[in-house]
Amino acid sequence: MSTQTETTRNTLPSYSEAFQQGVREEMYRNESIFILGTDLIERGGHFAQVRGIAQEFGLERVKDSPISEAAMVASGIGAGMYGCHPIIDLNFIDFSLGAMDEIINQAAKIRFMFGKPVPLVIRATSGVALGGAHHCNSLEVLFAHTPGLSVAVPSRAYDVKGLIKTALRAPDPVIFLMHKKLSGVRGEVGDENVLIPFGSAHTVQSGKDAAIITYGYTVVTAQKAAAKLAESGVSIEIIDLRTLYPLDEDAINETVKKFGRVVVADEAPLYGSITGDIASTATEENFKYLKGPIVRVGGIRAPISAHPQSAEAAIPTVESMINAVKKVLAY
Amino acid sequence: MSNDKEWKRKLLRDMVVIRTFEETADKLTLRGKVAGGMHNSSGQEAVAVGTMSALDPKDVIATTHRSHHHTLAKGMDPKLVMAELFAKATGCSKGRGASMHLADVDNGNFGGNGIVGAGVGIAMGAAMGIKQLGHKKVSVGFVGDGGMNTGRTWEAINMAVVNKLPFICLVDNNQYAVETFIDRVTGGRDIAKRGAGFGLPSFTIDGQDVLKVNRYVKEARDRALAGEGPTLINALTYRYYGHNVGEKGQYRTQEEIADWRDNRDPIDRFSAQLISEGLLSQDEYVALHAEVTAQINAAVEFAEQSPYPDLSTIYEDVDSGLLGAKS
Repeated sequence: MSTQTETTRNTLPSYSEAFQQGVREEMYRNESIFILGTDLIERGGHFAQVRGIAQEFGLERVKDSPISEAAMVASGIGAGMYGCHPIIDLNFIDFSLGAMDEIINQAAKIRFMFGKPVPLVIRATSGVALGGAHHCNSLEVLFAHTPGLSVAVPSRAYDVKGLIKTALRAPDPVIFLMHKKLSGVRGEVGDENVLIPFGSAHTVQSGKDAAIITYGYTVVTAQKAAAKLAESGVSIEIIDLRTLYPLDEDAINETVKKFGRVVVADEAPLYGSITGDIASTATEENFKYLKGPIVRVGGIRAPISAHPQSAEAAIPTVESMINAVKKVLAY
Repeated sequence: MSNDKEWKRKLLRDMVVIRTFEETADKLTLRGKVAGGMHNSSGQEAVAVGTMSALDPKDVIATTHRSHHHTLAKGMDPKLVMAELFAKATGCSKGRGASMHLADVDNGNFGGNGIVGAGVGIAMGAAMGIKQLGHKKVSVGFVGDGGMNTGRTWEAINMAVVNKLPFICLVDNNQYAVETFIDRVTGGRDIAKRGAGFGLPSFTIDGQDVLKVNRYVKEARDRALAGEGPTLINALTYRYYGHNVGEKGQYRTQEEIADWRDNRDPIDRFSAQLISEGLLSQDEYVALHAEVTAQINAAVEFAEQSPYPDLSTIYEDVDSGLLGAKS
């Protein structure tokens, strides 16, 4: 890699900075957008996701909140119904459990019951990293399961920016989940006119022999597994779902039809994970194209340990991903 | 002065509308006409009418599972309320909400709620929106005594205090959380003292006195519009019926119920006052009842004649569909 390329890579925005960019652009466009969360003003958020925005837009548009998750989300609901487009920053999605009634009973159902929209983004980090059982939940399936909520799970800077811009232009409650381990990963982003629609998967890499359908940090694990498999001449396609609701069912069906050998992976506990729904629906609709069962890879059914190696062992590894691919290749 | 006379007569009329509506709806519920039952607010009329008469029609409210009185006092046509109770397509929530989910968001009614305490949070959020957009309005979150023991209520109050939101927490305190007397489950017993501890002006008042409720809410509204932040008003009232229609619990005595009905009824008190002040004659009061009864009967007729929601609509309005739109 040349020195010049490395310099360019370092000046690209990080995953967190891509969020800043998308939010800034939309805040200029729409004065009703404000951000409410903990430690946003001086600290810029725990992952620097809003650094500098308070200084740029003022304290009316970026508000530090008491640690009151229920009241934070309720603020977003009421203000959203009133005509604002709030971003409620819950820091870690684990903390949403203190606001679950507001999210699931209120935000998700108001449009259906009252015929009025609730424009609202609830942003949080998600997924397995350091920090133990209270900072490593993968709750995305709870939200995707709830009618009325949409769920974004971007894996790269480009998608963070494009998806948050879309979220801030639609009058719906969106759960915007950013994986902690991706916070500092740099990458290209689109310009201010690039909006990524929800429900449109991204082909991370094309392949010939089998496909891995995944999202979030597990995209990285899948890429590592695919690189290893490529050494022995196996060509893997990787599909990044980018959002879990709406879900790109067309992309899933096309992938199953094209390969007949498919792995679906994420790092949520496998039991009850959204990968089960994806695999079963894809099987029902495309059974005759399958060479064998869709294989799922996921987390173990245990809380995440604070011991780093134990945490890693609880979720898909490059090795377990390779084993799953070998299983579908053997059909 | 005649403005005052008309205004007070309207307050009385609004309370009679609520009472007549509730007595009628209660009987219809027992006949199986009301989808999922209802929570009767008879006895609590002065809290609703006293509050709403102090607000601008464009102010925001969000309420509770017992919200017919708030909704009617806010100005919704009884036809739309009754049709909603019947789960008819012509109801205010298109038959999707019934008794607990009455709403008219465009006119500032951000809805009843099936979850205790949730309306306080939503109203507080609306107050944040009002402040954010620089509007001169207030938002009122209704909550019962039961809701003063859920943590989220106090999270919302604290959020309103620290952000100086134009918010009023209106405790429609009928003293029983379903069948549990408030003093048995409320540490310190004094809700206004709790409020004071959170740093906002907090008052316990007679919720059976419509003019007193009006005055306290008006003062709270004035403070909110002056940028002085939220107020808590704990209005003591009483519900004459069970938590749900048809319930006759053993948790309170008939003497207690009779005492509130016979000696403190908000409508009896206020009508007697207007008659003694010469603002209303006995004949006019009788005529008022007849007029309101006809209005509520028309609401029942409207509900009866209205269609149920078309089953093909059950998928509609879950979300906007715009997130997935390809640009």
